[in-house]
Amino acid sequence: MKTILKVRGVKQCFGKKTVLENVNLEVGEGEILGLLDPSGAGKTTLIKIITGQLAPTEGTVEICGTSGEYKPNRGVVSAEESGKPAVSGREHFCQKIGIMMDNFGLYERLSCYDNLKFYAKLQGIPMKKIEETLKKVGLFQAKKTSAANLSKGMRSRLLLARALLSEPKLLFLDEPTNGLDPATAAEIHKLIREEQEKGTTIFLTTHNMAEAEKLCNHVALLHEGRIVEYGNPGEICRRYHHQKRLLLHLAGGEEVVLPHDKSCAEKLLFYLEEGKLETIHSTEPNLENVFMELTGRRLEE
Amino acid sequence: MTKHIKAILWKQGKDTFKNKEILVQFVMFPILTVIMENAMEIKGMPEHFFANLFAVMYLGMAPLVSMAAILAEEKEKNTLRVLLMSDVKAIEYFLGAGIYLFAICMLGAGVIGFAGGYRGRELAFVLAAMAVGILISILAGAVIGTYSRTQMMATSLMVPVMLVLASLPMLAMFNERIAKVAKYFYTGRMSLLLNSMGNGQEIAEGLWIAGANMLAAVVLFVVVYRRKGLE
Repeated sequence: MKTILKVRGVKQCFGKKTVLENVNLEVGEGEILGLLDPSGAGKTTLIKIITGQLAPTEGTVEICGTSGEYKPNRGVVSAEESGKPAVSGREHFCQKIGIMMDNFGLYERLSCYDNLKFYAKLQGIPMKKIEETLKKVGLFQAKKTSAANLSKGMRSRLLLARALLSEPKLLFLDEPTNGLDPATAAEIHKLIREEQEKGTTIFLTTHNMAEAEKLCNHVALLHEGRIVEYGNPGEICRRYHHQKRLLLHLAGGEEVVLPHDKSCAEKLLFYLEEGKLETIHSTEPNLENVFMELTGRRLEE
Repeated sequence: MTKHIKAILWKQGKDTFKNKEILVQFVMFPILTVIMENAMEIKGMPEHFFANLFAVMYLGMAPLVSMAAILAEEKEKNTLRVLLMSDVKAIEYFLGAGIYLFAICMLGAGVIGFAGGYRGRELAFVLAAMAVGILISILAGAVIGTYSRTQMMATSLMVPVMLVLASLPMLAMFNERIAKVAKYFYTGRMSLLLNSMGNGQEIAEGLWIAGANMLAAVVLFVVVYRRKGLE
């Protein structure tokens, strides 16, 4: 699988405080990578570094073989401009990535359509893409509504539409469903899946465990600036499945925990024959349990 | 002109007509000039009195306030960061916003000049003098906008600067000491130029002062931009 994003030895210090330490990541084409960590522990900083909004103290980032480097006052420049070998120019680099960050603003007085039209004009995107994108994110009916009058869910969708407009190879989503109701969050999840099916690589940060387990091919758990675990969510959970037990819910509300071995077969058969068994649960940990085991804290803390 | 500058011009055009705070800056003094020049007749009042007065206030306020407000709003709402992420260079952004403001302000200047009764060569002279003043004010606005992180901060900086620049020429009419200071400011010098319709000596002095003011604005802008950037 072609590697779209490579992060090598990234370190970020703000004064004496080290926010990121030796971060290494690799994301293949069409994958969704979830970066999980408690709020404020470095994930937005990492996104800023990867997208060229912030220069790392140490380390390198490559997107499709191009390293974007941040120059104060100029935003992202390609490695070509910064004097290092490069595959393509600055414009190409910028068009490869789409970014949806919660703190990225919209032009409040402009309509949804005009907000997208402005970026389409900036990036030389055909105007017909605007309506297509608005339809895709479900904002076509609200295309004349000014951004100031949008609900939080609609704003998130417009931010997503802006990120999708240039059909990026790599999409950065910084807590895309933060503060949204479950129905709107589900719509955003559907859009993310559709983008993945089209082959877009997605870098997602979230502190919503269920979201990460549902959407991501791989997750990286970030704790105190270091990646403490990396892999497929299911595999990670199985790796930390130390207490192999079965949890049975019996008729009458009784709960029984059985060891995950031969000895439980007899009891299980008994409950089945008696018609007492209502549900069987495996007790493998979810991502939140793994995170707690690794760090001793909850994600929402 | 690059596609980025064209896009920024388009966005500013769309945005201005929905931004009452900015719109009022562009239309207030031209409208006041039309009204006052037609409605007021005071015995012994110099010719083009209101047009000259409002022209100087206009060039000291509208471009400065608009440029500072536009920049500060973009910074505060993080839209400027998105622009930079979309491959827009800082110089393109400044040119886009600056060209737009210059064009709009020159329209206003045309209305003021025309309503003030200037025609032909006189009108061209008024417009040329105002164009220089508007350029300096745009630069001054860019300095304030670049320095400020928020709109609130920009307002607290732009109000005193704007008041000094716009009211100095008027205060100079009543106080000789202020007049001595005012003539070294571009708004004060523009007022003298418009009131005398510029003989050779006035024009030379005016150009010299305007050049010095512009140089000061450019130096200040470079210093602030290097320190603060567009973040």
